[in-house]
Amino acid sequence: MDPITILYFLISFMIVAAIVAVEARDLLSTVVSVSAAGAGLSIVFLLLGAPDLAITQVVVEVLCLVILIRAIVTRKDVTFDKRPDTFAVAAGLVFCALLCVACLYAFRGLVPFGEPRMLMARPYLLESLSRTGAANAVMGVLLDFRAYDTLGEATVIFTSIIGAYVLLRHVGRKAA
Amino acid sequence: MKGMSLIVRTVTSLVSAFILLYGIYIVLYGHLTPGGGFAGGVILACCFILLVLAFGKDFVDRIISERAPYLWDCVGALAFLAIALLGYYGGSFFYNVLARPGDYRLFSGGIIMPCNVAIGIKVAACLFGVFAALSIFRPNSEG
Repeated sequence: MDPITILYFLISFMIVAAIVAVEARDLLSTVVSVSAAGAGLSIVFLLLGAPDLAITQVVVEVLCLVILIRAIVTRKDVTFDKRPDTFAVAAGLVFCALLCVACLYAFRGLVPFGEPRMLMARPYLLESLSRTGAANAVMGVLLDFRAYDTLGEATVIFTSIIGAYVLLRHVGRKAA
Repeated sequence: MKGMSLIVRTVTSLVSAFILLYGIYIVLYGHLTPGGGFAGGVILACCFILLVLAFGKDFVDRIISERAPYLWDCVGALAFLAIALLGYYGGSFFYNVLARPGDYRLFSGGIIMPCNVAIGIKVAACLFGVFAALSIFRPNSEG
């Protein structure tokens, strides 16, 4: 089986898992199908040649699964009972169709899949070992050539964690 | 928050040292093998969360104090910034002052290895801190 067929199978698996996650009546089924989509994404990253992304995706998925199941288990009622709203479903389908048509026109201008232009990537890949000493070109780009962006990303994580601390502290004080 | 059964506690006490070792390996050798600071930090946080889930919050409270995640989060972020400012010795912000080509060794990436360590500490502390904050205030559950 060539990798492109496996890629199509995995992407359709992720789409099915996402639809199941939205439409399931039970919160536990929703969380499990979200994690299944994340696991499929990790295998897609491995097939496309990105092992750093695959490792990070798997461990972050496991962490989110643990936190989400902790959050669900403490709820009293874990089922949903909603009436389907026909106007919302019809409007959603119409906009999905319009988006697909727009994408079909827009993707004609892109380079073929698997043949990137490599204007910036080629010097980075060629010079990563000699200029930075890092054999892993991804780390060479993240922490030497483009280290300022990594500082911005660390700042974003820091700020979001502080926001989470502030919100969770209010929940605790009200309940205590 | 109470812990889990005897089987889980026994297996956790045997395995958690290896998980910590694996996370430290992913962080330290990020410039040679896939991984890096972010993935390794999440693995370290998952090990601490495994300890909390298996042994209960009261047991882990004796080992890791209340302020420890916040403190190490700030230490990691400030260490990353300090390494960036160290680049001024070479001429500019974030300049790789220790870089040497080739070698495939632990110290051959210049500032990449200390940056990975700082990011790993930061990510591990912040994710464990969020989990600790989530599991302290649970008004309508018993564990």
